[in-house]
Amino acid sequence: MSEIQNYILNFGPQHPAAHGVLRLILELDGEVVQRADPHIGLLHRGTEKLAESRIYNQTVGYMDRLDYVSMMCNEHAYCLTIEKLLDIEVPERAQYIRVMFDEITRLLNHLMWLGTHGLDVGAMTMFLYCFREREDLLDAYEAVSGARMHASYYRPGGVYRDLPDSMPQYEASQWHSQAEVDEQNKNRQGSLLDFLKDFTDRFEGYVDEYETLLTDNRIWKQRLVDIGCVTADEAKDLGFTGPMLRASGVPWDIRKMEPYAAYDKVDFDIPVGTNGDCYDRYVVRVEEMRQSNRIIIQCIDWLQNNPGPVMHEDHKVTMPDRMDMKQDMEGLIHHFKHFTEGYGVPEGEAYCSVEQPKGEFGTYIVSDGANKPYRLKIRASGFVNMSALNFLTEGHMLADVVTVIGTLDIVFGEVDR
Amino acid sequence: MVDLILSIYEIPIINILVKIIAILVPLLLTVAYFTYFERKIIGYMQVRIGPNRVGPRGWLQPIADAMKLMFKEIIFPSGANKILFTIAPTLTIATALAAWAVIPFGAEMVLADLNVALLYILAMTSVGVYGVILAGWSSNSKYAIMSTLRTAAQVVSYEIAMGFALVGVVMAARSLNIGDIVAGQSGSIWGWYMWPLLPLFVIYFISGVAETNRAPFDVAEGESEIVAGFHVEYSGILFAIFFLAEYANMILISIMAALLFMGGWLSPFQGVEFLGLGSSFLAGSSIVWLLSKTAIFMFLFLWFRATFPRYRYDQIMRLGWKVFIPITIVWIYVIGIMYYAELAPWFIKG
Repeated sequence: MSEIQNYILNFGPQHPAAHGVLRLILELDGEVVQRADPHIGLLHRGTEKLAESRIYNQTVGYMDRLDYVSMMCNEHAYCLTIEKLLDIEVPERAQYIRVMFDEITRLLNHLMWLGTHGLDVGAMTMFLYCFREREDLLDAYEAVSGARMHASYYRPGGVYRDLPDSMPQYEASQWHSQAEVDEQNKNRQGSLLDFLKDFTDRFEGYVDEYETLLTDNRIWKQRLVDIGCVTADEAKDLGFTGPMLRASGVPWDIRKMEPYAAYDKVDFDIPVGTNGDCYDRYVVRVEEMRQSNRIIIQCIDWLQNNPGPVMHEDHKVTMPDRMDMKQDMEGLIHHFKHFTEGYGVPEGEAYCSVEQPKGEFGTYIVSDGANKPYRLKIRASGFVNMSALNFLTEGHMLADVVTVIGTLDIVFGEVDR
Repeated sequence: MVDLILSIYEIPIINILVKIIAILVPLLLTVAYFTYFERKIIGYMQVRIGPNRVGPRGWLQPIADAMKLMFKEIIFPSGANKILFTIAPTLTIATALAAWAVIPFGAEMVLADLNVALLYILAMTSVGVYGVILAGWSSNSKYAIMSTLRTAAQVVSYEIAMGFALVGVVMAARSLNIGDIVAGQSGSIWGWYMWPLLPLFVIYFISGVAETNRAPFDVAEGESEIVAGFHVEYSGILFAIFFLAEYANMILISIMAALLFMGGWLSPFQGVEFLGLGSSFLAGSSIVWLLSKTAIFMFLFLWFRATFPRYRYDQIMRLGWKVFIPITIVWIYVIGIMYYAELAPWFIKG
């Protein structure tokens, strides 16, 4: 009898469903996966090492580029760690702004996830619907920071500047008539908060639209239900966090367990699943979008009624007001020091984590008292979630591998760092 | 001069060639513009515009695509069997086009008035599978061979469901000739076979979607799983030929659905008393009716693609074997009962 060997399939890095640069070595018996061996490191940029040779504030920009679909959440974790080491309080308004943008980021991430997950499973239209909504949120990013993706908006001690009073407008051109442009600019007449308010009013309807297409779709259910099941204990053993853990029925959310910023002042629920399969993870994330929308509405209400500073007052560690820099000697010195030497952080070590859309994202900083971190360690949820790939796909078919990769919601900027 | 042309036309070979050209040229143009409408329609369904750069409103896009594909280099993968690699697309397109020989476009408009037309079409579409199998096997690519296995299994099993669905039509029409089948549906819109054969009609069309490997049954070329499946290694004109064959088959499935179940060229207003529509020009048989019915099914292909997620390979097989084939067999018995009950207006013995 001849020897029968398993079929080895190289899946990625150039593969439409590899989500960036994932390289999987699949051992197949027919269509059934015997072993999935993920190879990572193709997007390694050495963020942790780079941070050691840059002053603290310069690394904020690198945080955006880790998980490049949940930019501001990454910044948040990094800023929280430095604030903990510096032992400074963030003004309340800045905390609310951070919560609001964390949730906008969660929407951005979950929309991206839903779109690509849909595309992986073959529901092509989802992708474009989700990107339609992302557009408005990215406009909000742009209005507040000038960049649509890599915002670097959060700073240790607060946020870079207060929310803008006006939104950028579309302009008529050869391709778009004045009437078209007026229609596009209709919800951009007020401040950023008015623009977001308008978005939150519409967003519930959009989520309903997605659910009409997918939630009760028989094919969608056949593809997702009972695929990649994880029990609560297994999920804990695998180190899952975020929606991956909650879909298995563990109501663990850092926003509730260890509230940071203004999360203890806003009202929201944590959705949990029961089976821990791909379908539950889908349902949990869709419900999270609704909850994020709820949080954003509350933040908008608070921010509209409570003006105030958005940066910590001690300009030894935070950037001074630009007017002070022009007119005040001390302000000028602060500005010069801030942008050349930076600020020293007291000796010690700290770990702070946030509930990033994908799970627990934490940074651990060891400081030797200098203006640069001695060591920066990033705890990325995507890396942990992806480690479970073999566990999740074993015994499933090739098409399910794609579903599972989609449900893991991995972004390689974060996995490879 | 006119006499000369007419006398040349009388030569059998010339006559047939002219008819073949009269079918193939419009068919290939339809394929080209079907791709354009596919991109446009799915585009509008997905809140985007679709092609609009080449020519006014993008009308020249299919021409530009065809030109591009023709001038691209054909790359033979290392270790590929060049002869089979070239034969595969040829085989696919040959059978896809040959099936059109027996399709009637009107009561008299048919190239080959075959008595076993239905069998001939089934035979042709079955042979087309060999093209796919050869393509996947000769490419020397793991993704392609995997897709080949999927396609072969899928097409063979859906062929059975489709065959059974057609048995129902044959039982109702008592003929394998497509012209006779259409003639058997005349009278009024209620005479169309889609009413007594509704389950078979639905199964026929779904099987057709599956057999042409279109969404949601496109596991053979499921881009998120096995990239492009059996034609992953093909480029240039060889790829274009696969593409052409796939779309020609989609149109074939659509026109067959229109002919066999929806009365072909018969008007839906035939025999309608209301407002005297039944006696107006709208009630006349016309190729326009046939083409518009076909267009409905072609649109459905695109609509499915924009709406549904993709089935998994084993789920498709389950649907085919455990759902469709039993339903069709049961319904064939029901037709038998209707046949003996001489259920009007479909089963009256002439």
